[in-house]
Amino acid sequence: MSDNGIGARVTRVEDKRFITGGGHYTDDLNRAGQTYAYFLRSPHAHANVKGIDASGALAMAGVHAVLTGDDLAADEIGPLPCGWMIHSKDGSPMVTPGHPVLAQGKVRYVGDPVAVVIADTLGLAKEAAEAVSVDYEELAPVIDLESAKTAALVHDEAAANTAFEWELGDKAATQAAFDSAHHVTTLELSNNRLVPNAIEPRAAVAEYDAGLDRYTLWTTSQNPHVARLVMSAFLNIAPEHKLRVIAPDVGGGFGSKIYVYPEETVCVWASRKVKRPIRWTADRTESFLTDAHARDHVTTAEMALDEKGKILGLRVKTLANVGGYMNLFASSVPTYLYATLLSGQYNIQNIYAEVDAIYTTTTPVDAYRGAGRPEATFVVERLMEVSAREMGIDPATLRKRNFIKSFPHQTPVIMAYDAGDFDAVINKALEIADYKGFGKRKRESAKKGKLRGIGFSNYIEACGIAPSQAVGSLGAGVGLWESAEVRVNPVGTVEILTGAHTHGQGHETTFAQLVVDRLGIPFENVSIVHGDTDKVQFGMGTYGSRSGPVGMSAISKALDKVIDKGKKIAAHLLEAAEADIEFADGNFTVSGTDKAIDWTSLALGAYVAHGFPPQEIEPGLKETSFYDPTNFTFPSGCHICEVEVDPDTGVTDIISWTAVDDFGVVINPMIVEGQVHGGIAQGVGQAMLECAHYDEDGQLLTGSYMDYTMPRADNLPSFKIGTTVTECPSNPIGMKGCGEAGAIGSPPALINAITDAIGSEDLAMPATSESVWQALQTSALKQAAE
Amino acid sequence: MPTVSMTVNGQAVSADVDARTLLVEYVREHLRLTGTHVGCDTSQCGACVVHLNGRAVKSCTTLAAQCEGAEVTTIEGLANGDDLHPMQEAFRENHGLQCGFCTPGMIMAAVDIVNRHGNDVDEQTIREELEGNLCRCTGYHNIVKSISAGAESMGS
Amino acid sequence: MYPFSYHRPTSVRKAATMLEKAEDPKLLAGGHTLLPTMKQRLAAPSDLVDLSGVEGMDAIEVKGRTLHVGAMARHADVAASEVVQEAIPALAGLAGGIGDPHVRARGTIGGSVANNDPNADYPAACLGLGATIVTNKRKIPADDFFVGMFETALEDGEIITKVTFPIPRKAGYAKFPNPASRYALVGVFASKRGKEIRVAVTGAAPCVFRASDMEEALAARFAPKSLEGVSIADDDLNSDIHASAAYRAHLVGVMARRAVAAA
Repeated sequence: MSDNGIGARVTRVEDKRFITGGGHYTDDLNRAGQTYAYFLRSPHAHANVKGIDASGALAMAGVHAVLTGDDLAADEIGPLPCGWMIHSKDGSPMVTPGHPVLAQGKVRYVGDPVAVVIADTLGLAKEAAEAVSVDYEELAPVIDLESAKTAALVHDEAAANTAFEWELGDKAATQAAFDSAHHVTTLELSNNRLVPNAIEPRAAVAEYDAGLDRYTLWTTSQNPHVARLVMSAFLNIAPEHKLRVIAPDVGGGFGSKIYVYPEETVCVWASRKVKRPIRWTADRTESFLTDAHARDHVTTAEMALDEKGKILGLRVKTLANVGGYMNLFASSVPTYLYATLLSGQYNIQNIYAEVDAIYTTTTPVDAYRGAGRPEATFVVERLMEVSAREMGIDPATLRKRNFIKSFPHQTPVIMAYDAGDFDAVINKALEIADYKGFGKRKRESAKKGKLRGIGFSNYIEACGIAPSQAVGSLGAGVGLWESAEVRVNPVGTVEILTGAHTHGQGHETTFAQLVVDRLGIPFENVSIVHGDTDKVQFGMGTYGSRSGPVGMSAISKALDKVIDKGKKIAAHLLEAAEADIEFADGNFTVSGTDKAIDWTSLALGAYVAHGFPPQEIEPGLKETSFYDPTNFTFPSGCHICEVEVDPDTGVTDIISWTAVDDFGVVINPMIVEGQVHGGIAQGVGQAMLECAHYDEDGQLLTGSYMDYTMPRADNLPSFKIGTTVTECPSNPIGMKGCGEAGAIGSPPALINAITDAIGSEDLAMPATSESVWQALQTSALKQAAE
Repeated sequence: MPTVSMTVNGQAVSADVDARTLLVEYVREHLRLTGTHVGCDTSQCGACVVHLNGRAVKSCTTLAAQCEGAEVTTIEGLANGDDLHPMQEAFRENHGLQCGFCTPGMIMAAVDIVNRHGNDVDEQTIREELEGNLCRCTGYHNIVKSISAGAESMGS
Repeated sequence: MYPFSYHRPTSVRKAATMLEKAEDPKLLAGGHTLLPTMKQRLAAPSDLVDLSGVEGMDAIEVKGRTLHVGAMARHADVAASEVVQEAIPALAGLAGGIGDPHVRARGTIGGSVANNDPNADYPAACLGLGATIVTNKRKIPADDFFVGMFETALEDGEIITKVTFPIPRKAGYAKFPNPASRYALVGVFASKRGKEIRVAVTGAAPCVFRASDMEEALAARFAPKSLEGVSIADDDLNSDIHASAAYRAHLVGVMARRAVAAA
């Protein structure tokens, strides 16, 4: 292993600018003549818009425009698309009425944008917005998921507010498995609605150059090419060659910055209308109201076991809240990213899942770190823990008894797991967590009047999203390959242009590590270029833990091509046969001789090109690739959480957290550990702190950090992280992806630990101190003590 | 418009500003020091933390006019020329940042923690003292580690 | 924010004059409630009168058996003050638990008391210690000062100059923070000074209040045990997404015992 090749803990290249205040985020940008957009939003969850009177605002000096849904309609802009078709059980396509960029006739959640005001200053735009009067006719809000099917219609086209009623698996075979069961565990579970909360709010700066007839959009995007594609092909703003999208430094995404939202769409479109650059930055309340929300399932889950604890079948019925509109990836999240993972790490022969996607008058819901897989893991791992408790089997033992032991393994829910060693993972976790010593620690806690509990979660997820063929067959509107370009400059330095986008993941470092490893050139001679549609040929962006397994595989393929061409050039320069050229440590050598040419000389030779036979060798050294994976990748792991509960208040302290993950080949352990840490924090947030609450009128009660509980440093312990390795067989690097695993694996571990501590399974997420205290009041443990 | 004069990162600056101008707006928009960020509206996220007369404060909740005659240090003024401040170095060495957006406020808060609690500040104190700084990326693990390391090197 | 004029007088008298002359003025102390409210365009004062230019308004001193804390004393200064730590350590501890370090560096006791946020900490200390709120016009006992939610006995143009606390024999504060805002979901301040027992509760109801049943229970013996079985009715307590009234009532009991234990 070189000092900064694959496997090295290289400190990050990108840090220098961030620690000195030198980052370049969208809101840092200023353009000459810029104006400011402010969006007038619906104060109602559900209402008809009878009319908009902007005359007062338009009369104000410095106000350039007030634009509405009618103006967009006149220009035939929109609607915002959903990119993944789902068919209901009866074969009918999902019902996805249009999502207008600005409301047209109706608003469907508090915050739904109704008009935009563009003015010289933000203060003026806000003042002008107060002078716009909107005539609303209020309609009955639809907030409660479980009663939404019989509530007022959110979209006239969607009967019973249902977008689709989908199923996966063999219903009859699963029923038969339950019929033969020795024990059935049944749980009513909710997966709480979350707000992503990247600390950088969404922002856009848009500019139209009339001379070039070309738009430029700087925006907080995880996938600038996808943004351009959607704006061009679906929203009709401008053809792709007339629109440049730049995603500069982006302050966290977690999924929420995948989507094309109304605000950046409007800014681009309107920049031509007002003939001035337009900037917009969300404030935090706007972020809460309009960033795509997450999760929000209600599920009945059942698991059938034989007398030895062998799982015979698993069945779920889930209601998924999609909010007021079906967002870009929203339909795939509660279906193919959810039910396909219901086998967990276990050999389960019979699985049947039903998912109904329901419209409500709430903020649209879409993918957020883990997207579907945390929901699946929560179902499976709560069932495992509760089954173990009900059957009196040690929870680790029950899991081991059911582990899949040989690979590849075809589950009954589409996925073909390619590699893993679940015993190795759990054994390492048990050791790090000192599972054997738990009983003693529990007694010590009891002496202090505290209730100690331990909880497990063994997750598997499918990421490296995704093989185009597979997702296409499941309804995706796009392929999910990745592209890369390797530019070798005449002096031998290398620029990697990638379609992945880094917004915290450290690609500028890890991608360079791969290049160093393959080319044997100095680390500082490599730079990573991303986030600009004018520079990078194309890209599907960063989400679904795909930048390593898919994005780096594309780079690897392009590097192969560069080396191949280098050999051809070396053969010419060294007057040898191409077959005799070997490449190692940055040198091309002629096998069995001392003839060699170093990397720098070869690069220069490639561009000098003197004497190249034109039919055989083109000048230059630059190669591109499009890499399409052949399978998902399957990271797996085990989280063990230990808590102490204060029975007087219900306050839970997380005493220790162990996570052992199998991510396949790890490029930079420091960065991978950081991804795990952050994922666990978000999972802990979901499990005991975070929840988006609406009141019955559809007002978001948790619209700021005063009311939405973000994980803070004092909510969390330091984490104990371990890794095991089974290489991923389906990509050239052997890596599996690590970005989402922490958020996928962690929530059930915490809930399993708290329920263990309090002796009650009657505990929903988030397990706030009050809900823990309430559960304790009725728990057997409490009654036994009294 | 009132004139405000203050010292920012060692430089005397003076400008006529609208009374409504917040300190964060003043440094970002008037002085073009964009390292100080805004992440919330309710004085909680801490992305905007700067030092005002040696104390860490939220520049989103301070008027520029209130800083008349004050000494302000932003993230851009923390390093000594090309020599990074030990706390900046510690964040880099310990992977104390991912997306970098909360980082300037986090580092300014970290220096303030060490100023008040000393070079051997313990993990629990660091965690409690970070109450006013939100990070969504790191799970705080490496931030806490960075601050411990930075505290130690600030003393040496 | 809506437009306003900014003033920074150098004396309380000048500040009072400015308040009189302005159309709809507001005093600016630490600004950590007022400025966010103005940013959200929920307040639109015509004038802001910043008190930070008034010399000596942040003084902290003990005179006889009374602790005097200037209205502009920042929370961080009260928390770190050796004078306060010596005289009423529970008050220093309370100040050190308000908001976060950056908020404590700016927020002031005068601002907090004048705002009378139902979830603020200082009102519990004032009521729980029998403090006196001193203004440029009069002295108001804490028992008369906190009138209702965000409502105090202050009149237009009245400026708090300091808060005086009689030094108790014992005092303790226990706070159960709101997990999101970290304000007090429930905070209980308990003190004993001679025969006088005070138990003040913040966060639980629309306004800080004294828990008289608890005070009576503690009269016999100022110990956590005395509070066992003494409960607070939840009828008038707040109920919201963070805590039901029943849970708040329960927490008042737990925090009261912890406050007494800490005293």
